[in-house]
Amino acid sequence: MSAPLLTLERVSKRFRGLLAVDDVSFAVPEGGIVGLIGPNGAGKTTIFNLIAGVYRPDSGRILLGAAEVGGMRPDAACHAGIGRTFQLVRPFGALSVLQNVMVGAFRSGAAPVAAERAAREVMERLGLAEKADAPAQSLTLPERKRLEVARALATAPRLLLLDEVMAGLRPVEIDAMVGTFTDLARDMGLTILLTEHVMRAVMALSHHIIVLHHGQKICEGTPAEVARDAKVIECYLGTGT
Amino acid sequence: MRIPGGGRTALALALLAAALLVLPFFVGNYVLSVLVVFLFAAYLGQCWNIMMGFAGLLSLGHALYAGLGAYVSAALYVRFGVPPWFGLIAGVAVAAVAGAGIAALSFRFGVTGVYFALLTIAFDEFTRILFDHFDWVGGSAGLFLPVKTLTHSDVWQLRGSPAMFYYLLLALSAAVLVLSRTLLDRRIGYYWLAIREDQAAAQSLGIDVFRYKMAAVILSAALTAVAGALQAFYDNNLYPDTIFTTARSVEIITGPVIGGVGTLFGPIVGAFVLTTLGEAMTVAGSYFGVPGLKQWFYGAALVIIVLLQPSGLWPWIRRSLRLGEDAR
Repeated sequence: MSAPLLTLERVSKRFRGLLAVDDVSFAVPEGGIVGLIGPNGAGKTTIFNLIAGVYRPDSGRILLGAAEVGGMRPDAACHAGIGRTFQLVRPFGALSVLQNVMVGAFRSGAAPVAAERAAREVMERLGLAEKADAPAQSLTLPERKRLEVARALATAPRLLLLDEVMAGLRPVEIDAMVGTFTDLARDMGLTILLTEHVMRAVMALSHHIIVLHHGQKICEGTPAEVARDAKVIECYLGTGT
Repeated sequence: MRIPGGGRTALALALLAAALLVLPFFVGNYVLSVLVVFLFAAYLGQCWNIMMGFAGLLSLGHALYAGLGAYVSAALYVRFGVPPWFGLIAGVAVAAVAGAGIAALSFRFGVTGVYFALLTIAFDEFTRILFDHFDWVGGSAGLFLPVKTLTHSDVWQLRGSPAMFYYLLLALSAAVLVLSRTLLDRRIGYYWLAIREDQAAAQSLGIDVFRYKMAAVILSAALTAVAGALQAFYDNNLYPDTIFTTARSVEIITGPVIGGVGTLFGPIVGAFVLTTLGEAMTVAGSYFGVPGLKQWFYGAALVIIVLLQPSGLWPWIRRSLRLGEDAR
């Protein structure tokens, strides 16, 4: 494996009495696609919010390359090279699809012409080119999910955090998204960390999987290794008698 | 589709501009004074719209910024003989600083939405009470500018006919229209709309939300103060209870709400409809002996618009006339 782009070192986050993330460490190699899975409430979204600067870790370090990003504001985290999508999509409803993506593209410079060109390129990749002038609020759920990704991608991130972008999609749409992300990682050298409940997508996409349960990392490995792990099976299915 | 729409828009704009330019030559002093009231309302609505319509920041205390522009320029003129335009610049600076202070305080402590709106009312009311007891500018008894009878208008001294104020305000309104359009086409405009739509999503895309919200408030406050200063030299009298009253803040926002919040032409259209019909109601009210008919009309107009055309009159007119995207 190549050098890690993202490193979490013994990261913890507590909300009131609840230890949402408990001493979690893992690394995401440059150019890799890593899946973060676990049952509901395992701490996946909290970890995303820690990496993206929404929360400040109580302890531990989060490194992007060699630079500490833990505790940065979300906009600073974006400028550091972290792009993220939201589990519940948050499009700028009154703006057109093109305008939505241009907001992301303006991260790299103030020139509207350059931003539009960059935005159209990303929309082409995500299959949104024909929807350019449609108001974002008129999109279907799968289109909104793609818009969410396009907007994050337009900020030209080094690391892309995908928070359940497959949820609510049909199998055909999931396969299309899996293809899109595989191409992105290959063509643009993008590093991806994703959380997902859709196992079909996680298994197909991830080079490496980290399993969380009650805020703790219980297992990591290749998709095949994880699928065989007794602890993983137990936390998903319960103990057999 | 785009070119015919655009051509139609350009033609409509040219006709409107020509009509507004020659209008003072064809109307009497009374109609002209009503048109000046309309232009004050249009310009103030446009300024308020930069904050609410673009950046999504609801100010219910915009009388504060207009009032600071008015009091600073008038007091400097009366007390020290400072020329009106220098006083105006000082008033704009004071309003900008006040806006920056209120905004920084609010945004640093995460005051948003309705709570931010309440805070803007609080600061306006607080200032009103302060000025009521501020004897150097006349306190609650008011501040008066010396009225001179001139044979001709003197723009440098801001002394002259209603027509002079009409053209000044027309130029200001046109300037803010162009400025708003230009800003919306640039990065700052995209960022404002993104913040208006979803602040957390905007921040995740690298937008320094605090900075861009500050910019919207400071710009809006500064531009609003310009109208305040002109109003001081137009009315020649200032009372804290009419300058800083919340009723005036509400008056400022009624135009854009009726015309279309967030649109470029909405505040102008709304101000025109409200001023002309409101004036007609005042006349009718005194004729029929029904006091307060205008206020009833304002209330009714708001209710009707909110129920039937919640996005305002302008988007509806624009669709009806099939004007292009340029006529937002």
